[in-house]
Amino acid sequence: MMTIRPAILLLFLGMALVTYLPRVAPLAVLSRLDLPPWLLRWLSFVPVSVLSALLAKELLINGTHVDLSFSHPHLWVAIPAFVVAARTRSLMGTVLVEIASMALVRLLL
Amino acid sequence: MGAEDSRALPATMLDGLRAAAPVMLGYIPIGFAFGVLARSAGLSVAETGLMSLLVYAGSSQFIGANLLATGVAAPSIIVTTFLVNLRHLLMSTALVPSLRQNAAWQNALLAYGITDETFAVNTAVLQGRPASPRFVAGLHISSQASWVVASVAGALAGHLVGDQAAWHFGLDFALPAMFVGLLMPNLHGENRKARYGAALAAAAVAVIATVTFPDPNWSIIVATLAAATLGVLLA
Repeated sequence: MMTIRPAILLLFLGMALVTYLPRVAPLAVLSRLDLPPWLLRWLSFVPVSVLSALLAKELLINGTHVDLSFSHPHLWVAIPAFVVAARTRSLMGTVLVEIASMALVRLLL
Repeated sequence: MGAEDSRALPATMLDGLRAAAPVMLGYIPIGFAFGVLARSAGLSVAETGLMSLLVYAGSSQFIGANLLATGVAAPSIIVTTFLVNLRHLLMSTALVPSLRQNAAWQNALLAYGITDETFAVNTAVLQGRPASPRFVAGLHISSQASWVVASVAGALAGHLVGDQAAWHFGLDFALPAMFVGLLMPNLHGENRKARYGAALAAAAVAVIATVTFPDPNWSIIVATLAAATLGVLLA
């Protein structure tokens, strides 16, 4: 139960390295440079783009295809959360409403 | 400037812990489910905790444990992990304007904690302004602590509860829910029209790329590159 096999440790170190490099390289390198205004402008659109892309995959995709059926109700269940997010701007409120909606849908279906 | 700038910037580790609350709410059930899966994939409790501590990347840990269970060799697991996590390159780059004033060693440590979720919280709170390293550290440490503790708990107690318990309570939906809540502040900065345009383009490209690309791991990266470029053109 508490054993750590050397081969597994080595695998985790390899996974950790290839995960850490993309996380650290831009901060380490680009922080030393003066970034041109056009790049800063471009970067200001990265958060909204990443979030929207991640969210679209979560809500619309099941495996590798689009699934909007009731057995994959993610998009429909997210609608109340969109309303709460737009009205209150409360992150915790949004999360709780969406979890509750999903629990309710799964209870009923 | 606008109202965003008059809002006080969080500066302490406690502020970071507070900001991490929704992340932790998502990480605890999903980390627990990962612990259950890791045990059934043949990992020990200690190995499960170590993986969450060292790798700390949700989807690639699930994929890694699955590949291990099916006997896939280590090099291909590592290559897959690299592809799954390459999107963090864009997130780290986007955090440069907020973190560049920090010492190099501080950023080397803070970079370890960049995930989809901590990135989303950071950008929503900071809006491109300089960040206190204490705030970011508080957010990152609390988030990762919840992930590690939950995966160990899942590895220890999973056989009692099962990995479906969280499913019934909708808790697996906490992370997409967070993206909904964090998209709003990111949509309503300056250049609102360009932001909406970028968001719609990103969603469309991500879905099309996932459905059509042979390797769907590229979908987030391609969608972000295209949508951020469109955003600049629309602004």
